[in-house]
Formats: sequence, C-alpha cells, structure tokens
Amino acid sequence: MRVLPYGQRAWLLEMEDATGVRSLDAALRLLRVDGGGAWARIVDVVPAARSVLVTAASPSDAEALRNMLEALTDLPPRDSPDGRTVEIPVTYDGPDLEFVARACGLDVDEVVTAHTGTPWTVAFGGFAPGFAYLADGDARLRVGRREEPRTIVPPGAVALADGYSAVYPRRSPGGWQLIGHTRSAMWDASMAEPALLRPGMRVQFRALP
Amino acid sequence: MNLHVTAVGPLATIQDLGRPGWMHVGVSPSGAADRESHRLANALLGNDAGAATIEVLLGGLELLATQATWVALTGADCGARVDGRAIAWAGPVALRAGQRLRLGFSTAGLRAYVAVSGGVAVEPVLGSRSRDTLSGLGPEPLRTGMVLPAGARPVRPTVDAAPAQRPSPDALYLVAQPGPHMDWLLHGLDATHWQVSPDSDRVGVRLQGRALPRRALRVGTELPSAPMVRGALQLPPSGHPVVFLADHPVTGGYPVVAVLDDTSCDTIAQARPGQRLSMHITTVRR
Repeated sequence: MRVLPYGQRAWLLEMEDATGVRSLDAALRLLRVDGGGAWARIVDVVPAARSVLVTAASPSDAEALRNMLEALTDLPPRDSPDGRTVEIPVTYDGPDLEFVARACGLDVDEVVTAHTGTPWTVAFGGFAPGFAYLADGDARLRVGRREEPRTIVPPGAVALADGYSAVYPRRSPGGWQLIGHTRSAMWDASMAEPALLRPGMRVQFRALP
Repeated sequence: MNLHVTAVGPLATIQDLGRPGWMHVGVSPSGAADRESHRLANALLGNDAGAATIEVLLGGLELLATQATWVALTGADCGARVDGRAIAWAGPVALRAGQRLRLGFSTAGLRAYVAVSGGVAVEPVLGSRSRDTLSGLGPEPLRTGMVLPAGARPVRPTVDAAPAQRPSPDALYLVAQPGPHMDWLLHGLDATHWQVSPDSDRVGVRLQGRALPRRALRVGTELPSAPMVRGALQLPPSGHPVVFLADHPVTGGYPVVAVLDDTSCDTIAQARPGQRLSMHITTVRR
C-alpha cells in the first residue's frame, strides 16, 4: 500500500489489486466505528478500482491520520461489515444481449446462467448517485463498452462492461452493454440509506421468466 | 417569510456547505463554489455557516420580500439595488415587506452570494440544500415565479460591514500541493501562465495554455479510475488541465498532478472566462 498526498484534508491509498482495495475499505469502515480519535472523524472512505480515498474534517486530522494509515499493513482479507446479499430480479431482454453472447462465445441462455450463477460484489460507486460497479462475477462475461454510447439508458437497465456489471439507477446516457432490466429501485434520496447497493455488499441476480 | 423570484440571470442555485460523506454511493459533496464568500454572507447576518444562500452566476437575479428581513451580498459585486437605491456589498441590508432586491451584472468575479436571515429554508436532500448540477440532486435552480421560504425570524445584525476583498479582475495566483500522480507530469505546472476557458462550470474549470507534457513512461497509458476531490487538477492526455470544483464527479480516469488548497479553490471559483492565472506548487501543508 502507498499513502499518497491528496490536498489539505485527504489521502489516496493505492493498492496492488482489487482484493486489497476491498480489505482496506472493510478495515477502514470498522475503524471509523470502533477506532476512536481521528478514525472517528473521517468524513469519507471512497473505494475505487485500485485505490481508496480517505478524507478528514480538517487539515490537522488529515496530518494525524497519515501515520495511522501508513501503519495499516498486512490487512487480512476480510468481508465488509456491510457484506449482506441483495437479490435483484431481472428480465433478460436487453437490446445488447445477443451481441454480448456472441462477444463472449456463449449463447443467450448461457449469458443469463453466467450472470445469475455466482454472486457479484459491490466494488465501488461512481458515475451517478446509486450506480454501483459490481465485480467478481463469472469470468466468461467479458465484453467492452459500446462503440457508440446511448444518449438515453432507461432506469433499471442491467448492464455489462469491462468485467463489471451494474444497474442504471435512473435515466441517463450510458455506454455499457444492456442485457436486461429490473424493477428494483437502486436509489431513493428520501431514505436514510438512499443507495440499495453499497461497497462490500453482495448481489445475486435472479432471472424472471 | 418568503422571497419571490421575479427575475433570474444565467444561473442561480441554492447552496450551503454541501453533503459530505456520500461519495461511496456516487454522490459528490457539492456546496458553495466559493465557500469563504458563502460563510461571510451568513456571518454578516448572524446565520450559521451552513445556512443556505443563493449562488448567483454573474448576476441578474431579482427578489421580492413578502416580509421585512435582512440580506447580505458577498462574492462578485453585481452592483445590487433595493428599489433602485444602491446598497452595500458585504454588509447587512434591511429589506422591508414589498421591497425588491435587484442584482446587476458583475465586472469582476463570477459568483455572488445572497444570504437571508435564517437561510433559504427549502427541503434538504441527504442533509444539504445544495444543488448538485452534475447529478441533479438538491433544490432546482431558481426560475422566475418561484417562492423561496426563508428561515427564522430576522435578528438585527451586529456588524455593519466586513473587511473583505472583492474578487480580483487581475491575474490570479493559486497555491497547490503535489497530487497523488505528480510523477506523471514531466514539468511546467508552475511555470505556465494559464487562462480560464469559457467551457467551465460548477463541475470544473478548464485551463488553456501550453499543453503540459507527460513523462515518456506514462504516454499512452491510463489510470484505473480513482476518487476525485474539490481542487484536484486532472491532466487529460491533451495536456490541458481541468480543476475540479464543487460538483466534481466522484471518480475520474486521468492523473491528478496537483490539488489546490482551500483558499485557492475559492479564488478559482471566482475566475472569469479569459482571466489569467498562475500556480505555485508547495509541499508545505498549510
């Protein structure tokens, strides 16, 4: 792990791989609750593809955190405190389903079986409120983004790109391959926990007939 | 007590100190672009620093008070008037019921802040009344005909004016610290004279100038997407940096070679298209 400077009140922790990101994110979430002191005053813990951002309330808290973060070595691989499984029912009728099947060397039924066959893990958020990058799915589902992004993707669209899966939380432009849709709400700003999917959670897709 | 919006210029949004703590689910902190001016406007009225103000791009806003209250204007000086009479910049101003506050247009600085006694009291979203222009969270931008509720009963302010400086129309000088990906940059960040691109908004300020070269080792490669912060100076392959402001995306795919300090984030939020600026990189954390 490398602790890199990121302005007056933040550090960027660069990790070797996605597994390291997940362990660090889980460890930091526990420390915010149990660690006391400057741990308790962390404002944001934000995992991304190969790094985790930690922001502090003040520059002095950020200074105090530096040594504490650098001492976080040999993290055990660990599930997030938020590691419960969310089931998402999907109708597999997306406009890119056949393209995805051809690109992965599968037939359409095999794509559905692969997408629902193993649970995915919420690796990180981004792009829009409630948009979660889901990782660790079936390794056969590898497909790039569309050459021409769509100007409108409907809310609930279930998608694949670059080894990740995701559900579009609301109508937006988007370049991912659409394989189906769900009625599950990904985002509700009026809820205490507005995002259905948060880093560390697992997601089990289920095919609707 | 209500404020009726009777005219709006290019853009006016409600802002406070934002909604930190939600980045992990894709929500940017947002909040006032020039936080110091926002805080000052509130302080002049005895409001909490987190009370919501109106952030006015360039000017053109007109408000009608339904009851007596106090307002304070900071940031870009738009030559504001109450019923045609010029009023103080950065000082409390009494508005009587039925009086009209009218902002002209600023010639220095980009964003004016209008505070009202008790703050603008629209419904908060995730603990904040800030409009996030990138994600569309928070109260809608102001439109003619809107009625804005204002907070508590007005208290007579105890200050007359603040020893504040108006945003400068001259070349700006910014202070930044090296960013996490400083090693992607060959040289030139603090030796270049930049100009603010017209293609700038609450998400980010694009800088025009000599393209910054990447280290040969880094040419043609990209980063896995990484979290962003306000003040992050991103270097796309074009070599023309983007400085992220309040409504920045939560993650980005280009290296962050420097990060502006808090004061400089406020300064660049007032930089007008075409304005010149330079940057000093320091490893001293202030």
